Amino acid sequence: MQMTSVQALITILAIAVGTQFTRWLPFWLFPEKKDPPAVVLYLGKVLPPAMMGLLTVYCFKNVSWLSGTHGAPELLASAAVVGLHLWKRNVLFSIAGGTALYMVLVQAVFA
Amino acid sequence: MEEHETIVKNRSAALRAAFPATIPVMTGYLCLGAAFGILLRTAGYGIGWSIAMSMICYCGSMQFVGVSLLTAAFDPFQALLMSVMVNARHAFYGLSMLEKYRGTGPVRPVLICTLTDETFSLVSTLEPPEGVARRDFYFWISLLDYLYWQVGCTLGNAVGGLLTFDTTGLDFTLTALFIVLLLEQVKKKENRAAGIIGMVCTAASLAVFGPDNFLIPAMILLLAVLLGGRKKLCK
Repeated sequence: MQMTSVQALITILAIAVGTQFTRWLPFWLFPEKKDPPAVVLYLGKVLPPAMMGLLTVYCFKNVSWLSGTHGAPELLASAAVVGLHLWKRNVLFSIAGGTALYMVLVQAVFA
Repeated sequence: MEEHETIVKNRSAALRAAFPATIPVMTGYLCLGAAFGILLRTAGYGIGWSIAMSMICYCGSMQFVGVSLLTAAFDPFQALLMSVMVNARHAFYGLSMLEKYRGTGPVRPVLICTLTDETFSLVSTLEPPEGVARRDFYFWISLLDYLYWQVGCTLGNAVGGLLTFDTTGLDFTLTALFIVLLLEQVKKKENRAAGIIGMVCTAASLAVFGPDNFLIPAMILLLAVLLGGRKKLCK
């Protein structure tokens, strides 16, 4: 520990306040009792699929496409997830299958 | 009395419906939480700090950034600013949940406080089964996810060094979870364009700005495209 306990606690609280601010902001701007404007309702509809696209790509941010394994374990495991899911439509099965394959790939095949 | 019994029965039904949905998050959070706990310990912060930070902050990736902030010079304003920047995407989650979280009464603050990436991905994609109140279903998902994170962080900090099983790659559960939920989202035809826009905007921003600074530009680009294409996307 390089900070004093009080400094560390203040830093942690600052992080928490910043996080909670981002989570509460939309609910403050558009309170429950009033109907939000149409454009906000529109965003509420299109943002879930769009943000899921963002989060998926976000998970690949540290993959080095030009060196090392060229993202092969990530791409193969992702393809397995998609394949399994289109086949069985069972969320847990798709995730478990893809993750197991990924673990084998990074621990044994591309290690 | 009878009415009370039905409510209790429905609440436990909500828990039973919510739990299986959260299993992927459980795996991911136990892994990533443990990784955080270990990292915080190597930075010189023991179990008390680990519990305090994961309970108060509960913000995955920002907690990792927080470890480096805790080992740097004391600058709470920078910590606050970084936290807002790294977590800015949460505001989009709130926007998406305005309608679904309407009328959830006393649990609403809990739902809002605990709206992480993974919880958002579940509550925005899943609907409660028949006979289960939306409020209870989302409450249990949010609470279970929160608890998994606490257990993961605490175990990692306490006994992380003792682990002998090679967990390399187990955190792929969260990537797989997002892929599966993206597939579930775009199963509906009207969601397809938005899902693709989300991926393309993020990938373009990642290519231009690199892995450390792409999130905010990606969100701005995404918002611009979604607003610009409103007429087309509304069809």
